[in-house]
Amino acid sequence: MTISDTEQPTKPFQPFKKIVFPEGIVLESGKKLVPLEVAYETYGHLSPERDNAILICHALTGDQFVTGINPISNRLGWWNRMVGPDLPIDTKRYFVICMNVLGGCMGTTGPKSPRNPENKEELWGVNFPSITIGDMVNTQRMVIDHLGIQTLFAVIGGSMGGMLALEWSVRYPDRVYATIPIATSSFHSAQNIAFNEVGRQAIFSDPNWKDGYYWRYGVLPENGLAVARMMAHITYLSEEALNHKFGRRLQKNAAASSFPIFGEMFQVESYLHYQGSNFVRRFDANSYVTISRAMDWFDLSQAYNGNLVEAFAKVQSRFCVISFSSDWLFPTSRSRSIVQALNRVAANVSFVEIESAKGHDAFLLDEPDLDRTIRGFLSGIAEQRQLKSYAS
Amino acid sequence: MRLDQELIVSLINPYSRVLDIGSGDGTLIDHLSRHRKCDARGIELDMSLVTQAVAKGLPVIQGNADFDLKNYPTKGFDYVVLSRTLQAVNRPKEVLQQIMRIGRHGIVSFPNFGHWFPRMQLLFGGRMPMNKVWSTQWYETPNIHPCTMMDFVDLCQQEHYEIKQWLAINDKGGKAPWKRSLYLANIFGEQALFLLSNRN
Repeated sequence: MTISDTEQPTKPFQPFKKIVFPEGIVLESGKKLVPLEVAYETYGHLSPERDNAILICHALTGDQFVTGINPISNRLGWWNRMVGPDLPIDTKRYFVICMNVLGGCMGTTGPKSPRNPENKEELWGVNFPSITIGDMVNTQRMVIDHLGIQTLFAVIGGSMGGMLALEWSVRYPDRVYATIPIATSSFHSAQNIAFNEVGRQAIFSDPNWKDGYYWRYGVLPENGLAVARMMAHITYLSEEALNHKFGRRLQKNAAASSFPIFGEMFQVESYLHYQGSNFVRRFDANSYVTISRAMDWFDLSQAYNGNLVEAFAKVQSRFCVISFSSDWLFPTSRSRSIVQALNRVAANVSFVEIESAKGHDAFLLDEPDLDRTIRGFLSGIAEQRQLKSYAS
Repeated sequence: MRLDQELIVSLINPYSRVLDIGSGDGTLIDHLSRHRKCDARGIELDMSLVTQAVAKGLPVIQGNADFDLKNYPTKGFDYVVLSRTLQAVNRPKEVLQQIMRIGRHGIVSFPNFGHWFPRMQLLFGGRMPMNKVWSTQWYETPNIHPCTMMDFVDLCQQEHYEIKQWLAINDKGGKAPWKRSLYLANIFGEQALFLLSNRN
């Protein structure tokens, strides 16, 4: 199967490759979402044995455009440096799939989708049902079924993407050959939830939020969403990274002698403002609220009496757990507890804490040890699985 | 591969499940997986070695023999290997207990403090032995629990472990020819290698 084979018959112009499931999906909450659309991208070629598929799961604000040019933003894909020909996740060898998660705003059914296919004007908005990481994984599983893939060679993801990867390994143990959860956790802690809540409250307090019906008024809760992003962005970086990048350096026009209160004085402020304003252009506020809530509800052990070991009892996948030394959002201790629980069930697990000063975001950045680890782990298990090398 | 690692390989049956504690760059588990079709895993303290091993595709985790062994299931492995590490852990007896709990067999190697050379250095030099094997000063050595082969045998008896096989390894890493006499092996063996199992 090649990329073109998996494409749905397209209408005149459709920016997203989509699969439509007219029957919809029953969510963990019991609510039904009909129809269900999933936007996805694929890279490389599926082998005749259908054994070389790698599912990459994006983080909270990511999208399906993992590599190459993102046609919406005209910028490079978010993991361009990791995924591609001859890169650690080698598209000459593996068939890479990435989907916009359920609840997202890049083509998959979410709060920005029409509530009723007949009436494109009326969106789900705040009425979009609450979803879980499990629901996201279930929608991904439907797409994997649709593509005719029984077993994924690997599921890889960082941050929330790592939660999806872990959920895959537990929910569909016989369909995942290897799992690479990066900079992630098996649950959202009180601190994680607290940060998310501040972000949501910033959105809710924007006058343009309009109880979530901003789309009816043709406005966006830009300021609130930008503040949410600015705060979240701080949690993605380490103190050292911020110091290194900005220190106490001032903006050109900042008058340090008169100690002004208002305006952008420090360079770190203008950086955050830029991050915030950039974000509101590409992300939907209701989507942000919905997905951040799904993360808050995530606790892999919840369905197993709070026992993570029991959650992992049936896993068959090999694991490569990766953390970063300066990540304080999902610190190494969380990865270590995942590893310890996996050890208790004698699972096949590798664990690396990568020495990095870049904080949580390190998984997206230039970290040669991360590249080596992922490349090496994948080729090691490819050998075990006797995956052939496909030169395209 | 080091000669003592080759001897360890010779003690392990093909298709076994093996845990190598202090797996370094993964040479032993790589060999066991490739050539003996074992399901071999590693724990290593040094993160840069762990990264090297994982980048070779080996199942290695960063961990500490003193703390992390308790997370492994009882009898989860056929062999648990602790090579040249026992003398460097905080609690050798407890680590050995964990090894014998996790594995059906334990394979333990350590530098023999009873070897004639360190004995002579202490006897005639009057100072802590310093040589190729014991190569760090007493105040900074990681080898905080040195023991002799006879000390180790005593501990095994006390803990009711059956010594299935023992080997003294000479300074070139090969088998020393002191197969009968533990007393002689304890003098002429630079390294010691034991295959243990639980007495039922």
